[in-house]
Amino acid sequence: MCLAVPVQVARIQGSTGWVRTAAGEVRVDLTLVPQVRVGDWVLVHAGFALQVLDEEEARRSLEEWRRAVEHL
Amino acid sequence: MPSNIFEAFSDPQLGRRLLAHLRELVGDEPMLMMEVCGTHTVAVSRAGLRSLIRPLELRSGPGCPVCVTDDSDLAAVVRLAKTERVTVATYGDMLRVPSSAGSLAEARAAGADVRVVYSALEGLKLAQQRREREVVLVAVGFETTAPGAALAARRAVERGVSNFSMVSLHKLIPPALQALLSPGRAALRGLLLPGHVSTVIGSRAFEFLSREFALPAAVAGFEPLDILGALITLVRAAKAGHPAVYNCYRRAVRPQGNPRARALLEEVFRPAPARWRGLGVVPDSGLVLREEYSAVDAARRFGIVPEESMPAPGCRCGEVLLGRIIPPECPLFGNGCTPGAPRGPCMVSSEGSCQAYYRYERGGELVGRRG
Ligand code: SF4
Repeated sequence: MCLAVPVQVARIQGSTGWVRTAAGEVRVDLTLVPQVRVGDWVLVHAGFALQVLDEEEARRSLEEWRRAVEHL
Repeated sequence: MPSNIFEAFSDPQLGRRLLAHLRELVGDEPMLMMEVCGTHTVAVSRAGLRSLIRPLELRSGPGCPVCVTDDSDLAAVVRLAKTERVTVATYGDMLRVPSSAGSLAEARAAGADVRVVYSALEGLKLAQQRREREVVLVAVGFETTAPGAALAARRAVERGVSNFSMVSLHKLIPPALQALLSPGRAALRGLLLPGHVSTVIGSRAFEFLSREFALPAAVAGFEPLDILGALITLVRAAKAGHPAVYNCYRRAVRPQGNPRARALLEEVFRPAPARWRGLGVVPDSGLVLREEYSAVDAARRFGIVPEESMPAPGCRCGEVLLGRIIPPECPLFGNGCTPGAPRGPCMVSSEGSCQAYYRYERGGELVGRRG
């Protein structure tokens, strides 16, 4: 029931948004993420955006894992 | 070059190096850990990780919402579907789950009006379009799905959609883990915690795991790098004796979760005892509608009284959900129970361990082990 892949918000109208997917734009409810802006990446579950993804934290995690395997 | 930073989480090269590092850390020490969430179960099996990380063994837990729905609740819903003027709306995976009263799919074939919806709001919309029917949303799911149902309940009440109601079979993960671990945490050395549940309730909600059970736990995303990164963290913590909750999915999970979603849950639902397949009745592990929302409570409207549970004979789903056995240890696995002709919910659901093992884990070793 999860779209585990992050999707990007293309349009917002009130508490409804449209996200870009491989199958075209899909409508999602944005009530749970009031801070969302067009261009943000969100996690969607059963028709609702659950969270806005943090690009800075994404970079940091990747950096951490790269450092962990530097010795290999 | 990935077009966005998030695509980098499926980088196979970094994945291979993380795997090598994980294996180096594990060495030859056998260790048992659990992935709690059904979406992780599928991701781990599909990536073929289980056989690559041995002697670290990863077992599935109670994190498939359709699978943990108890037979008695399901049978009550199937009976409700056969009631005159009732339209049952539910998520796709629920349709084929066998119960002692048959499955929703069978009820539909016999003339019941059963609709598949993708979200709770679709169920509400259905009720608005078909005012002559009683539309009942059969709402299963964890903390990830429940906020959407809460919103549908609120809108139905606000808009006076009097022919909409829901059977809330929502369940909560932390109390289930508490129940799972309380008899003694057995040989478990670490838990891979559900990423999406954590986006809602926050990593803090799992702190009892280290406090009460001295168990390291890591919140993880669903890409191979996420899972490997979290396992590395868990193995390090287990070996060093550092039980804590590690948030390895920081791009999506905040310590306090999603306050808006939590507030909505709190407003519409209250915790209540719930019956889990495998675990039995667990205190405060379900969500029922609050008094203020009794207008949309199908349990009241239709006087639903769950009967005794009678799980499918021979099906060992309950034990699979507790990590006591792995699916190939069930004598029916692939031998009377397949995704095409499932005997239990763990084979029906796309997030069920039996289906994940059937699809991805039937390479030599596992099948061989059945003898
Ligand atoms: S293989 Fe089928 S019968 Fe056996 S536990 Fe899994 S779902 Fe139940």
